[in-house]
Order: sequence, then C-alpha cells, then structure tokens
Amino acid sequence: MHLAELNLAHLRAPIDSAELAEFVALLEPINALADAAPGFVWRMKESETDPTATVVHDYGDHLLVNFSVWESLESLWNYVYRSPHLEVLRRRREWFLRMAEPYMVMWWIPEGHIPSLAEGMARLEHLKAEGPSPAAFTYKDSYDSSEAANLPAAAEARK
Amino acid sequence: MSTDDLDALALLNDPVRRSLYEAVAAGGGDVGRGEAAEAAGVSRTLAGHHLDKLVEAGLLESGFRPQEKKGPGSGRPAKVYRRARGERTVSLPPRDYVTLASVLAGVVETLGAEERAEEMARGAGERVGGRHAGEPVERVLRERGYEPYEEGGLLRLRNCPFHVLADEQPLLVCSMNLALCQGLLRGLGGDPARARLDPRPGECCVVLSKTNED
Repeated sequence: MHLAELNLAHLRAPIDSAELAEFVALLEPINALADAAPGFVWRMKESETDPTATVVHDYGDHLLVNFSVWESLESLWNYVYRSPHLEVLRRRREWFLRMAEPYMVMWWIPEGHIPSLAEGMARLEHLKAEGPSPAAFTYKDSYDSSEAANLPAAAEARK
Repeated sequence: MSTDDLDALALLNDPVRRSLYEAVAAGGGDVGRGEAAEAAGVSRTLAGHHLDKLVEAGLLESGFRPQEKKGPGSGRPAKVYRRARGERTVSLPPRDYVTLASVLAGVVETLGAEERAEEMARGAGERVGGRHAGEPVERVLRERGYEPYEEGGLLRLRNCPFHVLADEQPLLVCSMNLALCQGLLRGLGGDPARARLDPRPGECCVVLSKTNED
C-alpha cells in the first residue's frame, strides 16, 4: 500500500504577486527535495518543464494544492518535518492565511494507483464530516496500512 | 510510570551496563559488540551478556550487520546494538507533564499563538543561559539532554529532549526548540544566530555553527 496526501494552502495574495515571490522562488528547490526524498512516489505537477508552475484546478484561485504519494507515513513525515522543508513551513504565515478547518488529509491507496484531485478533495470532505478514520486521516490520528489495524497507529508508536 | 520502566532503569545502576548503554547511545546507530566492549573496557563475552540484558529490558535493540566479505568463510553476520526508540520515564511520586504539555501545545495551535510561544521559549532559554553564563554551550546542552556531537564543523544534537511532543506538533515544538537554543546562546553571552534548523531524521532539528574561538 502507498500513502496519498493532499494539503491545501490559502494564499494571502495571487501567486504571481510580489508578496508571493519568495515562496515561488522556493518551489523549485523544495520540489526537487521532495522528488529526491526517500519514499517519494509521485506528486501532481502542472508542468514537466516549469518547476514553479502550481497545480491549476477548479476549487478557487486562492487555494494552493499539494498532492503526493509516498511509500510510508514515515517517509512523508521525514520529508515534511525532518528536511529543509521544515524551514519553509515555519515561514508559512508570510504567504498563507490560517485555515480554521482541516486542510490536509491522508489515506492508503494500492501501489500503482494515481488518485485524482477530485478523490483527494472528497477525502478531505470525508475527514471534515466524519473525523479521522482509515479512509481519511491526519498525522495526529494516523492509521496503519493493514486493514486489520483499526487502532490509531500513532498511539501505539508513542508508547 | 510503570514497574517495567523502573525495572529497566534499575538495570543501569550497574556501572558496566551503564557504560555499555552509553557507548551504544553515543554511537548514534548500529554499534557492534566489540566496539561497545572496547568503549566500556570489558571483554567481548561480558559485554555480550550485559548488552543482551539491556535488549531484554527494552533499553537497546539488536540486529545483524551482514559481513562485508561474502561467501563461504566470511562468518556469521555481526550482532549490532542501537538505542531503543521508546523512552522511559520514572517520576516519584508519579507526574505526567507530557500530557499537560501536549494539551497546552494544542491550545497554542488553536489560538494561532505560535509566535508568542517562540518568544516565551526564547526568554526561557535566555534565563537558563544566564544561570550558566561563561560555561561552554556544549556542556549546558549536554546537561539538558541534547547529546551534542561534532560533525562536519557543526555541533549537532543527537537527542531531541522534546521527542514525544515534537512527534505530535513538529512545527510548533521544533520552532520553540530553536528559539530556546537561540535564547540559551544569548544568555550564555554568545551569538544566538549560531543556532539554526537543519533537521534530519532521528535527531534534534537544531544545529550550532562553530564559533571562531572553538
């Protein structure tokens, strides 16, 4: 099983504005870091040639979409929080508004399957409506890839 | 606190076991029986006996490192030890600050008060540094559980003293930890900019650059 992760960021200003220029300049190195990270499988790209092109979608111009697939929860976690990506994340308030509702969701997919953005959005809605479950979860309440494991994996790991 | 935790920690009261445990922890990864024995100044047989006791108690984990030479005559894979990932806490009388800290971290996030939290951490670090003014930062960090070591001209920190919370709220806790370390440097009379984030798996996310005097 592979792990799909979708997260949304609410841009403070249009992506081509001066306010976002520093962020846009970071897209290339940070995306390169993700692509080379252990356990990285796939991410949604708008362009194969322009690394600064952000994903175009129908969910509102202010929403920045990050959508990727990873071999494990640990590999994604290590990329997000245990790489230079953490420093970019620390600066998020310079570029993004605070989100009052859940803005990231993860779920397990069969290896080789590439989920659609519509599926990702549906998983996020599911998380908002039902709370975390094996179908849609967060780091704080994460679930193992094995169907049998219905207990949050995080609680076990923390013991 | 569980009886298991107390029993496990009591094992470390033996000086040989204690130095073997420290040798494995300081290795930062897989440490062979021979290396641990040498560091502790005991025979390989005695080291093996005590290392296995530490594994039994869950303080260390063991595994096998394949021999570099392949094929017949290369011998069995070498048994190696590393520090167990779980942590042991003993508090008498029992206290549970982690649960409270976790709730408070959740409150900071809910309020969007991360910047305030970092400021407070910087102040707390400064006060600690002030109490140790003139002492080398490496020693102050070691006393606070960071396990500093040198690598590539940097002072890296092998252990995250806030691991449980950093797992749960990495962004908040790592940012506060950085602020704490920067405050500590200032309090010690040093340059706070020596501390920056350079996270990698399995360690504290803060590194310190070396000063010119070092």
